[in-house]
Order: sequence, then structure tokens, then C-alpha cells
Amino acid sequence: MSIASNDTVIRSSKVTRTFMYLVLVLFALFYLMPLFIMVVNSLKPLDEITSGGMISLPHNWTIEPWLSAWSTAQIGVSPTGLRPYFINSIAMAVPAVAISTIAGALNGYVLTKWHFRGATWVFGLLLFSCFIPFQIVLIPMARVLGLLNISGTTYGLILVHVVYGVGFSTLYFRNYYAAFPTELVRAAQIDGAGFFQIFWRIMLPSSGPIIAVCCIWQFTNIWNDFLFGASFASGGAAPMTVALNNLVNSSTGVREYNVHFAGAIMAAAPTLLVYIVAGRYFVRGLMAGSVKG
Amino acid sequence: MLSGGADFRTRLQNWLPKIVLAPSFAVMVLFVYGFIAFTVYLSFTGSRMLPSFDLVGFQNYERLFRVRQWDTAIVNLGVFAGLYIVISTIIGLFLAIFLDMKIRGEGLLRPIFLYPMALSFIVTGTAWKWILDPAIGLEVTVQRWGWETFQFDWIKDSDMAIYTIVIAAVWQSSGFVMAMFLAGLRGIDNEILKAAQMDGASTFQMYRRIILPQLRPAFLSAFVILSHLAIKSYDLVVAMTDGGPGTSTWLPALFMYEYTFTRNQMGIGAASAVIMLMTIAAIMVPYLYAELREKN
Repeated sequence: MSIASNDTVIRSSKVTRTFMYLVLVLFALFYLMPLFIMVVNSLKPLDEITSGGMISLPHNWTIEPWLSAWSTAQIGVSPTGLRPYFINSIAMAVPAVAISTIAGALNGYVLTKWHFRGATWVFGLLLFSCFIPFQIVLIPMARVLGLLNISGTTYGLILVHVVYGVGFSTLYFRNYYAAFPTELVRAAQIDGAGFFQIFWRIMLPSSGPIIAVCCIWQFTNIWNDFLFGASFASGGAAPMTVALNNLVNSSTGVREYNVHFAGAIMAAAPTLLVYIVAGRYFVRGLMAGSVKG
Repeated sequence: MLSGGADFRTRLQNWLPKIVLAPSFAVMVLFVYGFIAFTVYLSFTGSRMLPSFDLVGFQNYERLFRVRQWDTAIVNLGVFAGLYIVISTIIGLFLAIFLDMKIRGEGLLRPIFLYPMALSFIVTGTAWKWILDPAIGLEVTVQRWGWETFQFDWIKDSDMAIYTIVIAAVWQSSGFVMAMFLAGLRGIDNEILKAAQMDGASTFQMYRRIILPQLRPAFLSAFVILSHLAIKSYDLVVAMTDGGPGTSTWLPALFMYEYTFTRNQMGIGAASAVIMLMTIAAIMVPYLYAELREKN
């Protein structure tokens, strides 16, 4: 018998292993292909794409499509490029992420360390609110934004994203704080520390990882949202996803595929960057959204 | 006097947690459950372009189920959700099993499988729209490689277009399913497998009898998350086909938007949203209930 190890028990023949590598590499190529195509074609002149060479590398490398997508492409009625919409998305996502994360941290803290009757119910209702199809709130939300006079503005979108982001951020912090030793909180209480003192001095300093998870997840969701953006912020206040869709699906003029691809990469860049830099936290956020354990 | 002040402070401390939670709670009650109630109410009214408050009974629901596009949307959802869930689960499961076999380069492959999940459906849809476009994408490329009769124009074919949505959606989420199964596989105790192996179990038997049954929670989570994503699918369709050709790729989410905001049939749009909510609730409520109960 071989020496016992914590190696995986299942062994496989050389043929199976070759097959496995082949499958894995093929799927890696499948996942990478759209990104490859976006990058390659965003660096080509249009005629190289229309003459039928989407897979091949550019003959004449050019950054013209990027410049066009960024600052001169026709989005809707005016040739502004995607830049103003990129700025809209930043102006929308940053405050929305910050507010929903702070609210989530406080809610999670209350729900785990300050038990009161009905806490489970409150959490259950919040949890379910994460999973409703947003179509069910579109009509009344449009009315309320109109009444508040922030319909069609970035402020309106910030409100919407905070409201529907708090459920998820609370879920993250609640699950994280549930594992935090309650004895520490009790001890601090006996020493006379108040509600906010405990939060600031004891809970927050150890919350780094969950703050990262929450911010990344909220940012990804809010940046990538299309439904709310399309419903509540048309025209100049539209976020990046809506502007990209307008660019790609506008029916006038020549289809500038290379510009579309450059625009798509711009819309993908912030979340892609976050994924590359902090993939670990991104995955943890994904998993926390699926397995509530 | 002093004790009175202290009393107030203690009482404030006792109330503070609830006061802190109150804004979120109020927002949730109003913006989630209040809005749901409002939309449900609207679904029983004769609202068209603007909400109206005259009740018309079940008329909207009756009309909804007579509209041809709703039929299309429901059938499409069945096809789309079924294929999307099954294919993503199969791909995710096999990728996870393969990756779990001490594969060299796992650290490189895993992030590649997972990155599509970080992209928006609009970006994904844009990329796939042009890749699958017969005029510039895959079809011409393969033809140029020498296979001149190669044809792949599903995205322009009203019978096949819904399957192209499945391709893009599977590309987007199968890596995530892989991550869930991988987490499940890593949680299985090797000792049990070793014992089974000593008893002479074959690899296939070990998977069938020990490993797959232990992955049940991962299967369940994958099913819940994927079906939830499928029912909500909107962006991907808008970006890839905008519901076309004709109305052949309509899904309920697109139907709701079109009827409410473009066709000025708010009552019917609200009714369709209510049906979407009930479908998702039928899946999520038991799942969340079980998860919450387990914990307490």
C-alpha cells in the first residue's frame, strides 16, 4: 500500500487525465473567447471586421475605436461618447455602495448582538426582498421617484440601489457577525461600553473582510444593473449599461462593431478590474449569496 | 435627578438597536412589501398608461393568458430555464469534478471559468450578439476557414433564437455553478472515500453512491439560484435580440416591461409581474425558510 496522504483518493489513468485536461482547456478557451474577440476587434479598423475576420488579429492596429467609443460616438441623440455615462455610473455606484454597506453593517450588528422579539422575522423579510423579481416594484417606484422629483436623475438611481441593496448587505454582515464571539460584546457592555462604542471599537475593527465582500458585491451589482437604469434614468442621466445598449442597438448609420466592442470593454472594465484585484472576495460574495450557511 | 438622567440613558441604550434598525425596516416595508401590494392592486385595475384605481376583477389575468406574446414568453421561459439550468449544472459539475482531481494549473483555470460572472448581461449580450451574427461572426469566420457550407444563423431564426440566449447565459453562469460544486467537493471527508476504496468500490461507484449524494445542498442551491436568474432574465435578451426576431425571444420579464411602459397596458403588465413574483416565491420561500430554520 502506498503511504497515506491527504491526497485525493480518486485516482485516474493517464488517458482519463489527458481527457480531463483537454476538456478543461477547451472550456477555458470557450470562456475566454468573447473577451478575446472584444479586445481584438476593438483594435481593428471596421473594414477588417466586415470583411470577415473576427477571430484574426488586426492587420492595422488602431485605437481609433476606443477614442470614438469614449468621446465621440453617437449615444441616443448626441455624439458624446460613453464618457459622461461612465461618470454617471461612478456617481451612482460609489454613494450607493457606501450607504448600503454602512446600513448593512449596522443592521447585521443589531440582528446578531441585540436580540429582540421578531428579529428572525425582520431578517426573513429582508432576505426575501433580495430575491424578488424587480419587475414587481417598477411601477410604484416610478411613481415615488416622480413624487420625490428625482425621476430620471442619478439621485433617483442612488435611492433605488440603496433600497434594494440593503437586503444583501444585511445578509452578509449578519452571517459574518453571527460567528463573532458574543462574549466580547457582553464583556464590553459590563465595562460600560454603549451601543455605538461596541460597534466602533469591537465590531468594525474585525470587519475588514466582510466590508470588502460587501463593497465588491454591491459595486458589481449596481454597476451591472440595467433594468433600473433603463426604467428610471433615460437620456443624459443614464448609467453605462444603458448607454452601451443604446450605442449597440441604435438603428441609424453604419454599425461600427469595433466601437461597440471597445464600449463593451469600457463597461466591463471596472468590475473586471475588481475581479482581478480582489477575486477572492468576489467569489466569497457570490457564494454567500447562494449558500446562506 | 441624576438617576432620572441615568434612567433615560439606559432606556435610550435599550431602544438604540431598534432605532438603528428602524430606517431599513421602514424602507423595506414600504419599498418592497408596500410596492408589491401596490402592484398587486394595480393588476386588478383598468390601468393603462397611468395607474387608475377602478377595480376590474380578474380581467387583466384573463386577458394576459389570452395574449399570444404571453404564451410565447411562458413557453420561452420553459425552454430557456430548463436548458439553462440543466446545461449549466452539468458543465459546472464536470468542471468541478475535473478540477478537484489535483489538476495542474487549477489556480489559473478557476478564475478563467468564473470571470464571466463579473460582467454585466449587457456586455455579455453585446459580445455574443456580434459573435453569433451570421454576417460578421462565427458563421463567416468558419466559412473563411474553408468550410464553405457552414451555417449558424440561429440568432436570426425565430425558431432557434431562444437557444442563442441559452448559449450566452450558460457562458455567464456555468463557472459560478462550478465554484459551488467545487466548494461542496472540497467539503467531503476523504476518510469515507478511503474506506469505500478499501472495500473495493470503483471510482464510478464512489461518485454515484457517496460523492453525488453529498453534493445535494450544492445541487439545490444551484437550482434555486439558476431558476431565480432565469425568471428575472431581461438584460441579456434586450442586449442580444431585443426580443426578436419578431417576438420570438420574449421572456416574462421583457413582456412586463413592454406592456407596462411601451404598450401602455399597465394593468396587464402588473398582472404579469405578479405572476413572476409568485413563481419566484414558490421556489425561494421554502428554500429560505429551510435555511433559516436550520440555523436557529
